[in-house]
Amino acid sequence: MEKIVVGLKRVVDYNVRVQVKSDGSGVETDGVKMSINPFDEIALEEALRIKERGEANEVIVVSIGASDAQQQLRTGLAMGADRAILVETDTATDALTVARIFKAIVDRESADLVILGKQAIDDDNSQTGQMLAAIWDRPQATFASEIVFDGSVAKVTREVDSGLETLEIDLPAVITVDLRLNEPRYVKLPDIMKAKKKPLDTVSLGELDVSPAPQIRETEFKPPEGRQRGVMVDDVAGLVAALKDKGLV
Amino acid sequence: MTKILVIAEHNGAALNPSTAKCVACAADVGASDIDVAVLGGSVADVAAQAAQINGVSRVLTHERPENDPAVAAILAPQIVAMADGYSHVFGPSTAFGKDLMPRVAALLGVNQVSDIMSVDGSHSFKRPIYAGNAIVSVEAPKDSVVVATVRTASYQAAEDGNSAAVESAAVDAEIPTHTRFVELKTGASDRPDLQTAAKVVSGGRALGSEEKFEIIYKLADQLGAAVGSSRAAVDAGYVPPETQVGQTGQIIAPDLYIAIGISGAIQHITGIKDAGTIVAINKDEEAPIFEVADIGLVGDLFAVVPELTEALS
Repeated sequence: MEKIVVGLKRVVDYNVRVQVKSDGSGVETDGVKMSINPFDEIALEEALRIKERGEANEVIVVSIGASDAQQQLRTGLAMGADRAILVETDTATDALTVARIFKAIVDRESADLVILGKQAIDDDNSQTGQMLAAIWDRPQATFASEIVFDGSVAKVTREVDSGLETLEIDLPAVITVDLRLNEPRYVKLPDIMKAKKKPLDTVSLGELDVSPAPQIRETEFKPPEGRQRGVMVDDVAGLVAALKDKGLV
Repeated sequence: MTKILVIAEHNGAALNPSTAKCVACAADVGASDIDVAVLGGSVADVAAQAAQINGVSRVLTHERPENDPAVAAILAPQIVAMADGYSHVFGPSTAFGKDLMPRVAALLGVNQVSDIMSVDGSHSFKRPIYAGNAIVSVEAPKDSVVVATVRTASYQAAEDGNSAAVESAAVDAEIPTHTRFVELKTGASDRPDLQTAAKVVSGGRALGSEEKFEIIYKLADQLGAAVGSSRAAVDAGYVPPETQVGQTGQIIAPDLYIAIGISGAIQHITGIKDAGTIVAINKDEEAPIFEVADIGLVGDLFAVVPELTEALS
């Protein structure tokens, strides 16, 4: 295939313990470490491996958001992507609008394959890949743990609740990736230097002619109701007694 | 008028309990009608099960060979055709629903409300974000259909006792041929299903190997429990991926959850926070799992777990 498009979302780093703002207007993101959504890193790693096997010619990373997202695109270029596109917008974008933006990029680039993370670890929505596939009228293979190509057909193994399901899909297609697909490479310093010379194009949302989707409004944020710390028992006899006391054994 | 269409999850023979949980959520919305759509190859048995769920108005079936087994790209256009006239379309927040429902939403031109954990009004819901570190109240637009997934761990299944009408639906939809089912490999196990089990015994990285994980299976079998795991245990190859509990695995709410050798990262805790009783067994008394455990025991799991299994036999 010719081109693979990979989405990289800038999110609060996996290791940050997210706090809700005291006024309930959102979560604290000021001064918080931001990173590539971990699932998107796996998506990019897979695209790079496909290219390194000689099964694709170009890997394009795309992010949607404020200019800060250039950092994540530069990291993607340092990992090995050939070029980057930032769709610049200051408004928070919902899943369907993001899917429409990706559709516009896919059309512009005549992409053969789009690989995305199965969910972003901020909104935990798990929608964008499926929505892109829907409006593109192309196959979706979500939660992928193995991808094998045979010409213009991909065999994708998916992690489902009852085990592993395999689908055969015709390209072009959308694949969303799960944790077990691969382990993303570490970026080396020389690659970071090289990445600075790679093309990073900025496109404004207006240029893409994307109609915004109906918005689901987020009205209030709250911390979750915590569970109370319970009792400690000294030994197995104590544990069995406590379980019997609750009628659980 | 609030009319809700619930998309049934099933394997061709049995209705998945996630369907009755979606019906429970739909009942909270206060709908005049709750219809259940059953799509499959031959669905009479599954439809009969759905008709028993309290609160269901009608069961609408649609049979065609391509619908067995379920493939999201094939089901979605048919569901869109069936969704006409409904104010809400609900599916479960399981692998089935997570795959299918956003495709339905996009075809209907709306965003999806993912993982409803409670209902505040016909268009107002609460859902978890950031691995459950925050709960957000959301309001879907009133002038378009609401497509949503229901966080199954937040709902008790609506009980049986009904005998709703079963009708065959006329569905005019073109289905694609670009996506083909090849196979489903299930971990052959006689143990209860992780999603629906009343008791779950989970093991973490501290087990150390696939062989040593055996003590978890023995305890689970003694209790009649399902087996779960932490992401670390799956990544290390001790257990298959479908056992993973947490933000990126399965979200469950058993009556009893026993976490063994699991430190309790927030991503794991978010998968069990609705459990009835959480028991933690860990050698590190500082492990965060003890912050949420109802009963904690500090000790060497390789001594404690066999002793516990023995004590319960």
